[in-house]
Amino acid sequence: MLNRQGRPTAPGLASVSAHETFTGNKALLQEEPLLFEIGRYDVTGVDLDEPQGFTPRLGGLERSDGIGLPGLSEPETMRHFVRLSQKNYGIDTGLFPLGSCTMKHNPRLNERMARLPGFADVHPLQPQSTVQGALELMNELGRWLTELTGMPAVALSPKAGAHGELCGMMAIKAAIEAKGEGATRRTVLVPDSAHGTNPATAALIQFDVKPVPVREDGTVDPEAVRALAGPDTAAIMLTNPNTCGLFEKDVAKIAEIIHAAGGYFYCDGANYNAIVGKARPGDLGVDAMHINLHKTFSTPHGGGGPGSGPVVLSERLAAFAPVPFVRTDAAGFALVEDEEGTEAFGRITAFHGQTGMYVRALSYMLSHGADGCRQASEDAVLNANYVRARLADLMSLPFGNRPCMHEVLFDDAWLKDTGVSTLDFAKAMIDEGYHPMTVYFPLVVHGAMLVEPTESESRASLDLFIATLRDLAMAAKRGDAARFTGAPYLAPRRRLDETRAARSPVLRWTPPAPVQEAAE
Amino acid sequence: MRYLPLSDADRKDMLAVIGASSIDDLFADIPSDKLMKGLPDLPRRKGELEVERIMSRMAGKNVAASSVPFFVGAGAYKHHVPATVDHLIQRSEFLTSYTPYQPEIAQGTLQYLFEFQTQVAALTGMEVANASMYDGSTACGEAVLMAHRVTRRRKAVLSGGLHPHYADVVRTLSKMAGDEVVTMAPDVTATEDLLAAVDGSVSCVVVQTPDVFGHLRDLRKLSEKCREAGALLIAVFTEVVSLGLVTPPGAMGADIVVGEGQSIGNALNFGGPYVGLFAAKQKYVRQMPGRLCGETVDADGARGFVLTLSTREQHIRRDKATSNICTNSGLCALAFTIHMTLLGQEGLGRLGRINHANAVKLADMLSSVRGVEVLNSAFFNEFTLRLSRPAAAVVEELAAKGVMAGVPVSRLLPKAGLDDLLIVANTEVNTDDDRAALVEALREVL
Repeated sequence: MLNRQGRPTAPGLASVSAHETFTGNKALLQEEPLLFEIGRYDVTGVDLDEPQGFTPRLGGLERSDGIGLPGLSEPETMRHFVRLSQKNYGIDTGLFPLGSCTMKHNPRLNERMARLPGFADVHPLQPQSTVQGALELMNELGRWLTELTGMPAVALSPKAGAHGELCGMMAIKAAIEAKGEGATRRTVLVPDSAHGTNPATAALIQFDVKPVPVREDGTVDPEAVRALAGPDTAAIMLTNPNTCGLFEKDVAKIAEIIHAAGGYFYCDGANYNAIVGKARPGDLGVDAMHINLHKTFSTPHGGGGPGSGPVVLSERLAAFAPVPFVRTDAAGFALVEDEEGTEAFGRITAFHGQTGMYVRALSYMLSHGADGCRQASEDAVLNANYVRARLADLMSLPFGNRPCMHEVLFDDAWLKDTGVSTLDFAKAMIDEGYHPMTVYFPLVVHGAMLVEPTESESRASLDLFIATLRDLAMAAKRGDAARFTGAPYLAPRRRLDETRAARSPVLRWTPPAPVQEAAE
Repeated sequence: MRYLPLSDADRKDMLAVIGASSIDDLFADIPSDKLMKGLPDLPRRKGELEVERIMSRMAGKNVAASSVPFFVGAGAYKHHVPATVDHLIQRSEFLTSYTPYQPEIAQGTLQYLFEFQTQVAALTGMEVANASMYDGSTACGEAVLMAHRVTRRRKAVLSGGLHPHYADVVRTLSKMAGDEVVTMAPDVTATEDLLAAVDGSVSCVVVQTPDVFGHLRDLRKLSEKCREAGALLIAVFTEVVSLGLVTPPGAMGADIVVGEGQSIGNALNFGGPYVGLFAAKQKYVRQMPGRLCGETVDADGARGFVLTLSTREQHIRRDKATSNICTNSGLCALAFTIHMTLLGQEGLGRLGRINHANAVKLADMLSSVRGVEVLNSAFFNEFTLRLSRPAAAVVEELAAKGVMAGVPVSRLLPKAGLDDLLIVANTEVNTDDDRAALVEALREVL
């Protein structure tokens, strides 16, 4: 018989409201100080033997001061970072509809493959005869990317999407200069709906950015491009599918206009995940497009990186790709690292790019296969449209209730006069256990809410998400503003004061000033 | 397909809810002649077991650093990373989270970024550090652009001891941005006259210590000269473990310090992902590239962290931003922070001494080999040898004997006429047996 000592087996009728705890902890949710507040200067969590009997050869440059960094033992380190992790929302926690960021499932097989010693424990400057498998990996990834996109060449080394943009635009600049048009072709057309990285990239390498207005239906009007294109046009940077969640239906015509003017078509491939196996950028007139492996091919976002942004290139740009690149010859694979004897525009990173991410992306591609890649795109588009169809009666769609691609864009017209803003609505979603959608982007609609459910969500998961958004929407409309304006109430932190953070920035921990002893 | 939860019945029902008769109705905006009719010419889906076989076969064709006596460095280093690090960075909440744009549910990421920034600032001896860059080389490129913004000059001077790939990254960026670069000749003996290259037209001087040939450099006179000329001193390192033992660039007057953080917490990964470290003087913080995490309070007055000073960044400033950077190296920065937390200053100091002691031991052993000359007098864990034969061939011959001897300078500087130089790194992972194997193998081929 159990519980002979009178241990209750059912909850009693205790108070229904929580009380403040002594520790500030809330059961599983633990408050955690900065490591500098719990560490000690003489503690280390790594056992190392002090070396004996050597004469330093540091040329008088030995460090004289203490570094000022405390250490933690291994158990303390484990607990510190586990507790921190518990204050984070990840894809594995729940639906993460962050539009344009593609928070899809991260298969753990890919993590295991990236940690094989033959990939993880290989140095970028080992003799090439000892890294043939790594070069084969790069070659194979390149084959998948060029075949899927219908483009003849790829530069693998960009470290992230924005770095890929930079690489692609540098290739375009090099091609323009090779034709002797460097002094005149200096304008890059960028639609208002573009990611901020596009104009920032173009400006970084001294192009003049000229905005292209977006027409009523959320896409770019080829006539608007025609009116701006001319002998000064270096390129257009067009995101397709665009940031409004729409396929640029006139993309082929826009490409034609740009090419006729002598310019190049840079495609921001951040949303390529909607059309893998459905349409090939190479068939749409694209000259360069970066692919975010951390979006389309599921390498983990890791709290903001590392990314990986290979750029596929057209025939016209292929020769200008930066070093290093892989070449196959009779002896196997060879890495070309020296610019001389090539038309490469230069080098954009020390080594060969994000090889660890190549492993993960290729594992993802092999798992899906051509058929699974297409199915993933179709499911992503299906899921987004399902959300659209079931919320269209409550939330407003700036470009009408028409099919979208992998993400659906709402504006805040439906929140008018409710006292609830897009930000408030997003914060209330946090209390319901969801990561908010992308908010206030793209800039072309007011109070944007960009929802990207991805293909990783089941129908049941979508149904609960939709029901939650409907409940929130109705609450907002019936005037329950407090549920929103004070939200989040239940997260590890309430709304944070960003103005204060920016006004007097505290960007590092500093030891507290020693307490002054009172003079006797 | 195991990663896709929808069943065919789900798909059918959902299309009905949407009011579409087929999936291609949803792709109607793609011109019909551009819609792919068949599948791409690539293999079909595979199970885990099959994928694992393919990938393992490829991995098996590479020689892993830990399987042989290994002395390859020159910008990336083989170190031991505690098991705790790799376990923690694979926590779902770290691995599968995004850039902390919703700080209330991203305090985990934000707090470790704040801790990371504090660690990087302390190590480099600087006042502030950002939340990481792609790698050391791109951080170096960004530092030069930042110096141009601060000084409103557009000419950088690169030391001949700067890693040649870093110099290439700076030169490529500068060529594209229309800025001027003066590159000093390869400086094998750390005797170049940088002071003479600094004048009132120079925006910044970029100098690496320990430099690519392993020499430790005293930056104090150079920083004085830069200050007089109104130029910034950018100090670079590729081996962050050195900062546990040697005077940090901040204490020698550097204005910006950038470097590669791979050595702490991160695997070799055939070149990436790594983690770029970027630190500067407080007065330049608003010209810094990349993300910054700052302390603040929430609506209840509790301490919390947010991304801050984002008016510098591309998503706000677009073509006026300080950099086009969006993604950084979050998870690699986390690995760095965890490993650094385990080490503490005590552990890092000792790790530095072990690296140095091993390198000193190896240098002494190699000095006795006929046909080998050690060029360095002051170094940390890496130095340069002059061999009696071209180093590239020697490296290949030693690789065939199962010893990874180092990096031939000709691989980094193919046309510099330095074919007889070999850069050798020696860390805590190298044993006495490893060193004996290298010495023995060199004796055999020289």
